[in-house]
Amino acid sequence: MSQAGLVMGFVHRRRRGAELFLLLLALAVGIGAYAAVGVGVEGRVPADIIGYGSWLAGLAIVAHVVVRVVAPYADPVLLPAVTALNGLGLAVIHRLQLAYDAGAPGPTGLPQKQLTWMTLGVVLFLLTLIVLRDHRVLARFTYTSGLAAIVLLLMPLAPGIGKTINGARIWIGVGPFSLQPGEIAKVLLVIAFAGYLVLHRDALALAGRRVLGVDLPRGRDLGPILGMWLISLGILVFQRDLGSSLLFFGLFLVMLYVATERPGWLVVGTLLFAGGAGLAYQLFGHVQNRVNIWLDPLPYYDRTPGSFQIVESLFGMAWGGLIGRGFGGGSPERVPFAYSDFIIGAIGEELGLTGVIAVVLLYGLIVERALRAALICRDGFGKLMATGLAAVVALQVFVVIGGVTRLIPLTGLTTPFLSYGGSSLIANWVIAALLLRISDQARRPVPEMAGTETSDEQADEQATQMVRMVDRA
Amino acid sequence: MNKPIRTIAIFCLLLFVALMLNATWLQYWKASDYDDNALNRRVIEDAYSQQRGAILVGDEAVAESVESDDQYDYLRTYPQPFKYAHVTGYFSFYDQTGIERSENAVLSGDDDLLFVNKLVDLLSNKSGKGGNVQLTLDPDAQDAAYAALEKLPKDPDTGTVEASVVAIAPATGKILAMASLPTYDPNKLASHDFGAVQEDYDRLSQDPTEPLLNRAIQTTLPPGSTFKIVTAAAALSSGNYTADGQVPGGATYQLPQTSGSTGEIDNEGRSCGTDQIPFAQAMEESCNTTFAALGVELGADALREQAEKFGFDQRYLQDLGPQAVSNFPADANEPQAGQSAIGQFEVRATPLQMAMVAAAVANQGVLMRPYIVDSIQSPSLETLRQTEPEELGEAVTPEVADGLTQLLVSTVEEGTASPGAIAGVTVAGKTGTAQSGDPDVPPYAWYVSFAPAQDPEVAVAVVIQSAGIDRGEIAGGTYGGPIAKAVMEAVIR
Repeated sequence: MSQAGLVMGFVHRRRRGAELFLLLLALAVGIGAYAAVGVGVEGRVPADIIGYGSWLAGLAIVAHVVVRVVAPYADPVLLPAVTALNGLGLAVIHRLQLAYDAGAPGPTGLPQKQLTWMTLGVVLFLLTLIVLRDHRVLARFTYTSGLAAIVLLLMPLAPGIGKTINGARIWIGVGPFSLQPGEIAKVLLVIAFAGYLVLHRDALALAGRRVLGVDLPRGRDLGPILGMWLISLGILVFQRDLGSSLLFFGLFLVMLYVATERPGWLVVGTLLFAGGAGLAYQLFGHVQNRVNIWLDPLPYYDRTPGSFQIVESLFGMAWGGLIGRGFGGGSPERVPFAYSDFIIGAIGEELGLTGVIAVVLLYGLIVERALRAALICRDGFGKLMATGLAAVVALQVFVVIGGVTRLIPLTGLTTPFLSYGGSSLIANWVIAALLLRISDQARRPVPEMAGTETSDEQADEQATQMVRMVDRA
Repeated sequence: MNKPIRTIAIFCLLLFVALMLNATWLQYWKASDYDDNALNRRVIEDAYSQQRGAILVGDEAVAESVESDDQYDYLRTYPQPFKYAHVTGYFSFYDQTGIERSENAVLSGDDDLLFVNKLVDLLSNKSGKGGNVQLTLDPDAQDAAYAALEKLPKDPDTGTVEASVVAIAPATGKILAMASLPTYDPNKLASHDFGAVQEDYDRLSQDPTEPLLNRAIQTTLPPGSTFKIVTAAAALSSGNYTADGQVPGGATYQLPQTSGSTGEIDNEGRSCGTDQIPFAQAMEESCNTTFAALGVELGADALREQAEKFGFDQRYLQDLGPQAVSNFPADANEPQAGQSAIGQFEVRATPLQMAMVAAAVANQGVLMRPYIVDSIQSPSLETLRQTEPEELGEAVTPEVADGLTQLLVSTVEEGTASPGAIAGVTVAGKTGTAQSGDPDVPPYAWYVSFAPAQDPEVAVAVVIQSAGIDRGEIAGGTYGGPIAKAVMEAVIR
C-alpha cells in the first residue's frame, strides 16, 4: 500500500487544545441541559446548578489534564463526545426523576446515583489511562480475560447472587447494588478475542472451499466460531437476553472478519446467526412475542407481556416531532424504564428528531474515531481491540435505538453513556479509556528504528512479534 | 487488516444512517398517525392542559374552557348545553363531535392560521391558547327553534320527541338555526370524571332515540310532499308548464305498468278536480295525482337532474360533519318516477337539504353552499379568516324561481300550508307528510318555507319524526307550520 509510507512519515499533532475547546462545548451541553430541565419543569434554574456544574466541569477538566499528561497524542474528539452524552443523559435522568417525584410511578434518587456512577466511571477511566501505558500489555491477559468474561456471564445464573429483573436474568445482586456483569464482560471479551485472533489469524485465514466466489473457511477452523455461537445461544436461552446475545456474536464476527480478512466468515456467521435466530423463534414464546410486537405493536398495547412500553415511547417520539416538546413539555415518564433502555424515547419526545439525530451523530463520531485509531494503529492487537470496541458501541447503539424506534425487534440493552446504570456507565468509560490509549499509541511519533520503512502488512507482522515477545516475558 | 476495517466502517455508517432515517420516518412522516391514534393519551392530556378556544354564537360563548382546580388545568363547559349540543358537539377524553371536531385544529391552537400566536406564546413562555370559532347561528332564531321543538307533545312510547329544525339565509347560505331533539348535555361528556363520562356515553349511544344524532344533517327521511317543490321546478324548467297554467288533475292516478290499488295514487280527499286544473290549485291542495303524473311525464332522469341541482347526492357541508347525503334513486323506472315525484319510493332528504331547496327558490334560483362557521378568530378576537358565501350553482332560472314562489305563496295563503302564515309578511311554504313505509311507524311531518317572499331573509325546514301526535293530525303542517313560523319571525323581527 502506497499510503503506508505516508502514514508512517506523517506525525500527528497532539491537538489537546482542540480537546479542551470541544470539552467546554460538551460541558455546555450537559450543564445547559440540566438548567433547561429546571426551567422547563420547575420554572427556574435549579438551585444547585453551580455545585452540579462545577462537579461535572471538575470531572471533565481533571480527565483532560490527566489525558494531557499520560496520553498526549490521544484522539481529541472521543473524550468530549462521551462527556456530552453522559451530561445529556444525566439531565434527562434528572428530568425523569422530577416527574417521578411529582407522583409518576418510578424509582427515587436516580440522578444522584448516576452522578456517583459517572464519577466512579471517570476515576476508572483515569486509572486505566494511568496504569495501562501500553495497550499491548493486555495481550498477556487473553485467556484470563476470556475466562473472566465467561464467569461474569455465568454469574447471573448462579443461585443466590443471580437476579431476574424484567424477565431477563442478567443481573447479580452485590449487597444493595444490582450489577449487570454482561456490561463488564463485553470489554473483557474484546480483549480476549483480540489476543486470540491476533495469534491465530493466519490459520483461520486459510481458505477452504470456494462457493459463489467466496472462500469459505476450512471445516477444522470452525471450532471458535461454533463455540461463540453456542455461548450466544446460551445467553439467549438461559438469560432471555436477546440484545447481549446479538451483541456478543456480532462482536466476535466483526473481529474474526477483520483479523482474517475473509468475508467467508461473515457468510458462515450470518448463516449461523440466522439459523440460531430461526430456531429460537420456533422454540421460544418470548422471542415470537417480541417479533409479533415488532411487526404490529398496537394490538398488544393492553396485554401482558405487551407493547405498552414501546407504543408509549413511539407515541412520545411522534409527539416530540421535529424539535421536541422541550424539557418539561412532554410526558416521558409514561414510558416504563424511560431512564434506562428507553432513554432515547424521552430524548425524542422532549428534544425531538433534532435531539435524536444529534445523539446518533455523536455515537457515529465515537465509532468513527475508534475505527480511525484502528486504521492507524501499528500493531495487530491494537487494531483488533479498537475495531472490537468500536463494534461494541455501534452494535449496542443500533440494537437499542433500533429497537426503541421499531427498526428491529426490541431487545433490552442500555444506551451507552446515556442510560441510567452503573455497570454500563463504568464499562463504557473504560472503553473510552482503552480507545484513548490505543489512539495515543497509534498517533504517537514512531521511535527511530532501523528499517522502519515497512509496508502496512509488515507492520502488522512486527507488532504481532512484539506481542509474542511480551507474552513470553 | 485495514481493508476489512474500512468495510466495517462503511457497515457502521449504514447502521447509523438506518437509525437516522428510521427516526425521521417515525418522528416526521408517521408522527400525525401516531398522534391521531385513539390509544394516545398525550394529545388529549395536552388539550386538557391548555385553554381551548371558545365557540361563539352572537356575542356569547356556547362552548368555552374555564380553569379547573382538579388534575387538569381547564374544563370544557357548555353554558346552554341542550340547545346547542348538536352544533357544538362534545369534547370528551375519548372523542369529539360537531364543531369541537371539525374545528379542532383552530380550537386547540394547532391551525396554521394561529401559527404567529403560537410562536408568540412559545417565546413568551405562556401556555398556548386556542382560537375562537364564530358561528353563523342567530341566537334568537336558535332560541325560537329550540323552544318550539320543546313545546311538541312527547311520544308516549319513547317519552321524547324526535324532530329537528334548520334555518338558512337564502342569499348567503349561512345557517341561522339548527336544533334537534332529543338532545343531551355535552357538559357531562366533557367532565374530568372519566368513569362517569364513559357511563354517560354508553347510555346515550345505546338509547334507541339516538340523542347524539344531529337530525338536521345526519338523518335522511322521505321528504313526502315537500319534494313537490322539486317536481314543480322540473316541470316549470321543462318549458311545458307555467305557474299560471294548467296541469293534469283528477281524484286518482294509476301509475303506468301497474293495476289495482297498489299502483293507484289518490289525494286523501283533497279537491284536485278532473283532467286539467290550475298549477296553483295542485300545489295548494298538494295533489298527489298531479305531481305523480308530472313525474311520470318528465321522467326519472329529469327529476334526478333537478334534485341534484338542489344538492341531492352531494356533500356540500364542509364545516360540520358527518353529513348524511340526501338521495334521489338512480335508475328509477316509470312508476317509481311517479312515486319519487311526490317524495316517496327511495327519495331521502335531510332537513338541511329541504331548507336548501326552499333557500334556492328564495334566492332567485341560485343555490348557496350552506355554512355554519362564520369566522375564525385569534384568542384576542382578531378575525383571522372570514368565510365567504359561495355559489354552488343555479338550481332553476330566476323566472322559474318566481313561478315557484308564486305557487308556494298561494299554498300558504289559500292552501294546506296556512299554519306557517305570519300576519303582515308574505310567506311561501309547503307541507309534507311522508309515509314511513312501516304501518306501525307514524308518518313524518315536514314543513318547508321561506319569508318574506319578495325579499327572503330566511328559509326553514322542519321535520317531526316522532311525537305524541295522532296519525290524523300529523298532516297539513298543524305542528310543523307554527315551528317554522316562530323561527321565521325570530329572524325577520
